[in-house]
Amino acid sequence: MSLLELDGLTKYFPVMGGFILKKQVGDVHAVDGVDLTVGTGETVGLVGESGCGKSTLGRLAARLYEPTSGKVIYEGRDISHLSRRELAPIRSEIQMIFQDPYSSLNPRQTVGTIIGGPMEINDIKPEGGVEHRVRELLEIVGLNPEHYNRFPHEFSGGQRQRIGVARALALNPKLIIADEPVSALDVSIQAQVVNLLQQLQRDLGIAFLFIAHDLAVVRHFSQRVAVMYLGKIVEIGERTDIYERPRHPYTHALLSAVPEATIDVEQRERIRLAGDVPSPIDPPSGCRFRTRCWKAQDKCAEEIPPLVQITGNGEGHLTACHFPEDPTTRGEDVVLDPALA
Amino acid sequence: MTAVTLTERSPGRRGDAFLSVQDLHVSFRTEDGVVKAVNGLSFEVERGTTLGIVGQSGSGKSVTNLAILGLHSKEHTEITGEIWYGDTELIGPGGRTMERLRGNRIAMIFQDPLTSLSPYHTIGRQISEVYRKHKGASKAEGRDRAIEMLQRVGIPNAKIRVDDYPHHFSGGMRQRAMIAMALVCDPDLLIADEPTTALDVTVQAQILDLLRNLQQDFGTSIILITHDLGVVAHTADNVMVMYAGRAAERGTAAEVLGAPRHPYTWGLLSSIPRLSSSVDVPLKPVRGTPPSLLNPPSGCPFHPRCDYPQLAGPELCFTERPELSPETGHADACYLTLKQKQETFAKIKETL
Repeated sequence: MSLLELDGLTKYFPVMGGFILKKQVGDVHAVDGVDLTVGTGETVGLVGESGCGKSTLGRLAARLYEPTSGKVIYEGRDISHLSRRELAPIRSEIQMIFQDPYSSLNPRQTVGTIIGGPMEINDIKPEGGVEHRVRELLEIVGLNPEHYNRFPHEFSGGQRQRIGVARALALNPKLIIADEPVSALDVSIQAQVVNLLQQLQRDLGIAFLFIAHDLAVVRHFSQRVAVMYLGKIVEIGERTDIYERPRHPYTHALLSAVPEATIDVEQRERIRLAGDVPSPIDPPSGCRFRTRCWKAQDKCAEEIPPLVQITGNGEGHLTACHFPEDPTTRGEDVVLDPALA
Repeated sequence: MTAVTLTERSPGRRGDAFLSVQDLHVSFRTEDGVVKAVNGLSFEVERGTTLGIVGQSGSGKSVTNLAILGLHSKEHTEITGEIWYGDTELIGPGGRTMERLRGNRIAMIFQDPLTSLSPYHTIGRQISEVYRKHKGASKAEGRDRAIEMLQRVGIPNAKIRVDDYPHHFSGGMRQRAMIAMALVCDPDLLIADEPTTALDVTVQAQILDLLRNLQQDFGTSIILITHDLGVVAHTADNVMVMYAGRAAERGTAAEVLGAPRHPYTWGLLSSIPRLSSSVDVPLKPVRGTPPSLLNPPSGCPFHPRCDYPQLAGPELCFTERPELSPETGHADACYLTLKQKQETFAKIKETL
């Protein structure tokens, strides 16, 4: 049994219009029918461009949002529509780490209160007292336990993110949802935090849903990777499947767009999409990527491609595409942007 | 400019460099003391090339470029040193001279395209305003020029979109509009401060390619400030790595990224995960945190985080700040001998 199972999960946010009498004029299709599982102790990476719904999906999984339809199943129990009270015991098992280490810590509370707070709320009395446990946690995340009484502003960005990690660990969670935990940090600090998370994952066996837009970081951290585009998962599979044998044109385009810090490697193929992600209020019919895809045909506009294990894919490698890429050959350069052609 | 200032030109200035920064110091007075944001920095930009400046936040990258543009507040900032743009010294004159140059000969692209565009004016008006001010063009000429520039940077339906407001544009389109605005007067020097940091990878790739294409067409020199070594490898001819307000290493992109000599550059390169690196070994970050600029460490500012001070003879690293040497070409500010650097890098190269 998987720890977390998302089944046909959908979240629409209403868009209000009108001058005096506000009425709903549309929906933002933030997450649209996503199936995803996270096993115990497993790390699943979630990549995609901004606005593709990856953060919303993270928040749905933590049940910070209530889904419009579909199910969130945690340890076999459907928690999609539980009330606050019913959710309380589960909250301590699913924790979040947020992107911005500045706004996610209360500036008026000391580090001790920030990390100890969750224990008090959940009425957890660790051995040796809360303060002892907080100091222990500070040490685990690589901070000085002496800093117990300091305020967040006395720490650097990387140190603050460590405080956020310690807070997430305070309740011994089984699942941590990390929403862009390192993207606000400088590279050397980013590496420190990635190493810390990885070590915690190994030592404590915590499952991670790791949301990030940096494909290299996700590759480094995750066993399985899901690629999202406009509210849907377009491809999912083992790390090596996604990074070495991508079948969806979008995954392919994403990978080819990552600038690598090396000069003398053989030239990678160059795929330059035109424009930006379309509006999720009125997503394209059929395959949502078709408006930016160089392989799109009539069928793509008419039929939504199902997320399935297409011919040639390994076990568990699912791709939602009518005209998938050939996994073996190196493709031609594709330049769709009129200014670059 | 008077003849006197011209003859005072620094001897270290090279003939083909048209922007030359010599011994630049920028410090801010704050309540806690004086922050030495840039501390003795010298570099040159040659015509038609791209200089990538990399470093962590707080290393002085942006401060340097705001100094070139004369955008620091006079009351709180102390700037010494020389910045030569052709035959014009940029630190002294300020006021009128800078106003003539800024937006005209020297232009800038900022990191966040939403906050750097005015929400109250149309894109077309913001682009043509620059052109009209510097070139004395009429309203109609300005508008035509704005449309032409929007077409150049790949905005579809430029004739219609020219009347849109910034909020009608997506992030990538806004950054294109910023580039159009920066290039509208055909500047010699374009300073791009983290131009793609706020953008997604697919859009980032478009913008970087666009900058490179435009550079080829216009012959503009670019200073590209970024913290992303991948972006630098992709775009820059020359690279300068900054640490604590100074250059730690400088050279061509191939030299600095292919055969780096400064321990900090090694640290940066080993910190980043790559699409091809092994996933089973942990990343190797630079340990510790960047130094406080209020109270920088003695000696080499990198020594508290450096793994190799023993090799160089520790006293030197702890007491005296190393100079960037040699004067030209691939240079670095470190006391290790060239042989030690090459041997150490050869050892760690495999793990990068």
